[in-house]
Amino acid sequence: MNDILDGLIAAFWLVVSLDPELIQISLRSLQVTITAVAIGCLIGVPFGAYLAVQRFRHRRLVISIINALMGLPPVVVGLMVYILLSRSGPFGVLGLLFTPTAMIIAQVIIVTPLITSIAHQAMRELWAEYHDLLISLNTTKWQRIKTLIWDGRRNLLTAGLAGFGRAIGEVGAIMIVGGNIDQVTRVLTTAIALETGKGDFALALGLGFVLIALSMIVNITIHSLSRTERDGRW
Amino acid sequence: MMRLIFTMMISVWGTFAVADSMRLAVTTSFDNSGLADVLLPQIKADIGLDVQLLVVGTGQALRLGAAGDVDAVLVHSRAAEDAFIADGHGTHRTEIMYNDFVIIGPQSDPANVRSTASAAAALSAIAQSQAVFVSRGDDSGTHKAEIALWDDVAFGPWYRALGAGMGATLNTASAMNAYTLSDRASWLNFANKGDLQILFSGDPKLFNQYSLIPVNPAKGSGINHTQALALEGWFLGKTAQQMINTYKIMDQPLFVYNDNSSTQ
Amino acid sequence: MGDLLRLRDVVVQKRGRRVIGPIDLTLLDHGPTMVIGPNGSGKTSLLRVAYGIERLTSGTVDWMQDTPMGRAFVFQSPTVLRRSVADNLAYPLQILGWDKAAINDAVDDWLVKIGLEKQAKTPATRLSGGERQKLAIARALIRAPQVLFLDEPCANLDGHTTREIEAILTATAQAGTKLVMATHGMGQARRLATHTVFMLDGQVHESGGADMLNGAAQTPQLTAFLQGDIVT
Repeated sequence: MNDILDGLIAAFWLVVSLDPELIQISLRSLQVTITAVAIGCLIGVPFGAYLAVQRFRHRRLVISIINALMGLPPVVVGLMVYILLSRSGPFGVLGLLFTPTAMIIAQVIIVTPLITSIAHQAMRELWAEYHDLLISLNTTKWQRIKTLIWDGRRNLLTAGLAGFGRAIGEVGAIMIVGGNIDQVTRVLTTAIALETGKGDFALALGLGFVLIALSMIVNITIHSLSRTERDGRW
Repeated sequence: MMRLIFTMMISVWGTFAVADSMRLAVTTSFDNSGLADVLLPQIKADIGLDVQLLVVGTGQALRLGAAGDVDAVLVHSRAAEDAFIADGHGTHRTEIMYNDFVIIGPQSDPANVRSTASAAAALSAIAQSQAVFVSRGDDSGTHKAEIALWDDVAFGPWYRALGAGMGATLNTASAMNAYTLSDRASWLNFANKGDLQILFSGDPKLFNQYSLIPVNPAKGSGINHTQALALEGWFLGKTAQQMINTYKIMDQPLFVYNDNSSTQ
Repeated sequence: MGDLLRLRDVVVQKRGRRVIGPIDLTLLDHGPTMVIGPNGSGKTSLLRVAYGIERLTSGTVDWMQDTPMGRAFVFQSPTVLRRSVADNLAYPLQILGWDKAAINDAVDDWLVKIGLEKQAKTPATRLSGGERQKLAIARALIRAPQVLFLDEPCANLDGHTTREIEAILTATAQAGTKLVMATHGMGQARRLATHTVFMLDGQVHESGGADMLNGAAQTPQLTAFLQGDIVT
C-alpha cells in the first residue's frame, strides 16, 4: 500500500514540477501511439467496412484470421519487426531500427486487427440497417463504404479508442524495436519497465499514473469532441 | 487533425537523421551503475559524439552486434566476447574497466555465507543448506559469471532461474528473501533492497571485466565504424580514466580502469 | 407506352423453401399498379425481386427500359440514414454527383412539400413514424424517378398522414412516374390503381385492370379476399 502512495506522490511531483524528461517521453508516447492508431484506422476502418459490405469467397476465413490476429502477443510482433528491420534483415537498408518509426510500425501491426475487427462489427450492424436502401439507390461499393463510415463514425470512434488503449500501454514490442534509448525512443511504458528493473517502484508507479491520466484525458477529450458535434445521439 | 498527424509524421521521420551519433549496446549492469549518465555528456562535449545506449543483456547485446544493428558493444563475458570476434562480428576487443560481483542474501544468512572464504565456498554453502537462490537465467554476462562460479553441486528446487534482467532478479530476490549474485553497481543503485544485504565480496574470481568491441563494418552498410573507433579512442584517454576511477555511488568506488597497456 | 418489365418463371427460395413463384408477369410502364393479397402471400418478395434488391433463385427479370438511376424503392418500415432530415433528402442526389446549389434547391423544395422544413436540421431518427415515411418517400422522389416501388408505405400510419402520402403519390403518378405499390388497404388500392396484381400463396393469382377490384374479379379467392374473408 505504501508503494502505491509513494507512486501517487511521485506522479504528483513529476507533473507539478513539469519534469522535462517526463514531458518529453509523454509526448513521444502520444506521438508514437496516435500516429500508429491513425494509420491503423486508415487501414482498418475501410477494410472493416469492406468486409461488412462485400461478400466474397473465404470472407469468413478472413474475419476469423483478423479476430485471431487481435490476440497477437506484442513481443512476437516486436521480434518479427526487429528481424525485418535489422541491418541483416530484408529492410535493414532503411535504417529504421531503434527509431520511433520502427515503434510505429510495430504498433500499427498490433492495433490494426483490433481496429478492423471492431470497425467491422459496427459496420455490419449499420449495413444491416442500410442494406436495402443503399441497394435500391443503386450505389457503388465505394459509395456504400463511404456512407457506412460517415454515418457510423461515432461507433468507429470506439474502434480508434480501443486501438489507442492497446497501443499506449504496450511495452513488449516497442522495447524490442525501439530499444528504450534515452532521448530517442524512450516512452512511458519502457521507462516504467526500466524503473521497475531498478527497483524504483515509486517512480515506476508514478509514471504509470501519468500514463493512466494521459490515456483518460485523450479518451475524455475525444468523447466530448464527438458530443459537441451536432446535438446528441442518433 | 490531418495537419497534426502530418506534423507528427514529419517529426517522427525526422528523428533518424541525427548527425554524428552511434549506437552502443551495453549491459543492464553497466547502465544500472549510472556511470553512463556522467560519461555520455562528457563524450558529447569532448568529441561531439552522441552515443545512443541500448540497454540489454550481454546475450542480446552480442546478437545486436552480430546483426549489425549497433556500432559497438560494451559487455562483460570473456568467452562470449572471444567467440564474437572469432566469428568475425567484431573487429577487436579493448578492455576498459572492471567492477565486481557480490553475493547478496537475507540478513539472517541461513547458509552462513558470511563466514566462507571464497566465492565458490559461499555458493557451495548455499547449495548445501538448500536456501533459495535466484539466478538471472538469461544468458547475460552476470548469468554466465554465476554459472562459472558453481562447483559441482546438485541443483534442486532451491535454485530458481528467472530469465530476467538484473533489476527484476533483485526484485524477486527481495520478495523471496533469497540469495543472488549481482554486480555491485546494480546492487548499490537498487532501491528495493528490503531485508537483503551484501554477504560476500572481494574474491578476485568475482571481478567483472568490461570490454568494448567495435562491430565489424563488413556486417552491413549502415555501421558507423568511424564513430565506434572514436568512442574507443575516448575511452583510452585520460579523461575516461579519471572519470571512471573516481566514480562513486554512496561513497563507494565502483570501477577500476584498466591500464591502457593491457589492451589487446 | 409499353412494357416496363417482364418476369418469366421467377422463383425465389430461401433456405430451401419456396417463397414465391413460379411467376410470369408483365408490368406496363404507365399507370399505378397495386399489388394486393393476404399477409405472407409474397407481395414484398415480388417487389424486391422485380426491383433487383433480392436475388431470384431461377427465372428471369427483364427491365425493358434502362432506368437504373431512375428507380426508387420505399420500404414498409422506412430506413432513415443517421443524418439530419435535410441530409437524408440530399443523399440520393449526392450519389448522382449533383452540385451543392442544385441539391440545396431540391432539398428545400421537398422539405416544404412534406411539411418538415422546420425539422431540416433534426436528426432523422428523431422523427415520428409518419414523418419518417414521408421523408422516405420524398427521398425516393427527389431524383424524379421514372419508376417508384412502394411496399405498404401507409402500414401503421394514421389517416391524416395516409391522406398526405396518397396526395403526393397521386401527383407523382400524374406527373408520369410509374408506381408499383403493395398495399393492405383495399380502399387505397381502389383510389390509386390502374392495374392490379392479386398475390396468393406466392403466386400471381389474378392480374388485370382496376375494375378487378370493383366487381370484375375472375376468381372466387379474389372475390372472397375483397369481401374481407380469410383466404389461404
